[in-house]
Amino acid sequence: MEAVSKVTGRMAPLDRADVDTDQIIPKQFLKRIERTGYGPFLFFDWRANGDFVLDRPEHKGASVLVTGENFGCGSSREHAPWAIKDAGYHAIISPTFADIFRANAYKTGILAVTLPDRQVRHLIDLATEDPTTEITVDLERQEVRGDGFAYRFEIDAFARDMLLGGLDEITLVERHAPEISTFEAQRPAWLPSAG
Amino acid sequence: MPTTLAKKLWDSHVVRSTPEAPDLLYVDLHLVHEVTSPQAFEGLRLAGRKVRRPDLTVATMDHNVPTRGGVRAADELSRKQMEVLAENCRREGIPLHQIGSRRQGIVHVIGPELGLTQPGMLIVCGDSHTSTHGAFGALAFGIGTSEVEMVLATQCLPQNRLRDLAVNVEGELPLGVTAKDVVLGLIGRTGISEGQGHLVEYRGSTIRSLSMEGRMTVCNMSIEWGAKAGMVAPDDTTFTYLERRPHAPKGAEWDTALDYWRSLRTDDGAPFDQEISIDASHLEPHVTWGTNPGQVAPVTGRVPSPHSDTDERALRYMDLKPGTALADISIDRVFIGSCTNARLEDLRAAAQIVAGKHVHSSVRAMVVPGSTSVKRAAEEEGLDAIFKAAGFEWRNAGCSMCLGMNPDILAPGERCASTSNRNFEGRQGSGGRTHLMSPPMAAAAAITGHLVDVRELL
Ligand code: SF4
Repeated sequence: MEAVSKVTGRMAPLDRADVDTDQIIPKQFLKRIERTGYGPFLFFDWRANGDFVLDRPEHKGASVLVTGENFGCGSSREHAPWAIKDAGYHAIISPTFADIFRANAYKTGILAVTLPDRQVRHLIDLATEDPTTEITVDLERQEVRGDGFAYRFEIDAFARDMLLGGLDEITLVERHAPEISTFEAQRPAWLPSAG
Repeated sequence: MPTTLAKKLWDSHVVRSTPEAPDLLYVDLHLVHEVTSPQAFEGLRLAGRKVRRPDLTVATMDHNVPTRGGVRAADELSRKQMEVLAENCRREGIPLHQIGSRRQGIVHVIGPELGLTQPGMLIVCGDSHTSTHGAFGALAFGIGTSEVEMVLATQCLPQNRLRDLAVNVEGELPLGVTAKDVVLGLIGRTGISEGQGHLVEYRGSTIRSLSMEGRMTVCNMSIEWGAKAGMVAPDDTTFTYLERRPHAPKGAEWDTALDYWRSLRTDDGAPFDQEISIDASHLEPHVTWGTNPGQVAPVTGRVPSPHSDTDERALRYMDLKPGTALADISIDRVFIGSCTNARLEDLRAAAQIVAGKHVHSSVRAMVVPGSTSVKRAAEEEGLDAIFKAAGFEWRNAGCSMCLGMNPDILAPGERCASTSNRNFEGRQGSGGRTHLMSPPMAAAAAITGHLVDVRELL
């Protein structure tokens, strides 16, 4: 995974709560066997309806998605963060994320950051009033900052290290091979084996 | 110290625990399907890795299989995805239940029916409804594709500890009220994100009196209120279901396993981080009116006035007006299927309502058994004949119209009474409108042509 320490850019305000992964990337686009190429299908149905906020000229080229609570609920499809990243968004700010989505976003190298409602609201208002506003999501300093404000965010320390170091988690786990083998050898005999 | 079931399950799978990293958990069973696995296998191959335990991995085809016409009826991309899964399984030595085979079916239906799902296990799958398997007193949750790759490579998964939440359901379910109504009623109360960061244990007399099928329905929808996993402590109902299943322990091993399984319960006085109590004795059949499972009401009620932007958008999408009686909403389609409600007991409950009646002339209705085994069993007892005589289509096993990734989809604007688990916009087909409910409720809707209180037909 590529290391990521900060994202600077304009914001795309998606002022909705409970955005589910079926909306982020509808199922008809889950048939690819690659990890890339999903960007054009991001929010496909919403865009098809016309005048979708992310498609407005003033929000083109934004790199930070700012959105309502419980973002990414529903299906576990990792295609959702793949599509978001493919479409050019490298950070997402929301009051809360669904658990699986957040894990998937980190694995994809997206900075999924939670801030209190009030601060998210401020960012959405900022982006709406002046779409040229730039902010920085700084993972190292754990803050979202812009002109005249700096909001501290908390993030799981391990996830932070993985993102900052661009580490391959599988390689890390493989280092514990002896412990895995010891555990494996002690598993009860009755446990099912499919082979 | 008294301990919760969830903690016992977690602790018994910890390979390694340190303060600076998530716990490393060992996975007993990894279920795989065609949609969320190709990129994981590809990653493995590119890194020169092999599957560590193909014998603890089981694959099936479910999401994009056509439910009639066999593999040839699939579109080219779907067919490619199925071929890639078959090739990956062949190369890695993973058992695969492919389309057309005797045991193929929805991943969360076949695990339990083959006896692969057992108490005390840690089960994962690249699918959010993996929580279904928690009904057996297993720790089971959905993972993303990168995590699928992790488990294929190491049979382990790093995970942060979660909080414990108890849902206590007490009282006898009234006639016509099912496990589906218990969980829909619960989500109506909690909303769709209350469960975030939690492992949920469903407890209480109502849960104890549910069959394994009913418990699976409840656990299945844990993710719909945001919970990582849902579970029910195993008891005699569980053991009776499991005994003599193909992969269940046999002989002396059964007795040893049973001793252990009986210890899998929350100790008296063990603390939960949060508790929710529900009185099931006054519960009514529920239907959803909106575009998430929390937008739900008793069928005797009315479409509510919107309380938020989300509600307003949902009403617009669903083309509903506040104040409309739910029972006045006409439907075009009925879908009885999905990993939530397509087991034999579900089909029996629906058939009971349908028997001797006919699907309303303006409705197209279908039954899609959760697995090829469910289909066979249902045919053996003549359920297919009942459905067909009533005008239902009787299909082959698969996810079908639960997510419409296969030929079974709603047309834009069509309204469907569905036994599945998600009513998100476009879930069953772009522009389609979904009302979630129990199998008897969906069957009743098929007969009357509108949402209806099934108790009127009993
Ligand atoms: S039936 Fe529906 S919810 Fe269940 S696994 Fe298939 S697509 Fe997912």
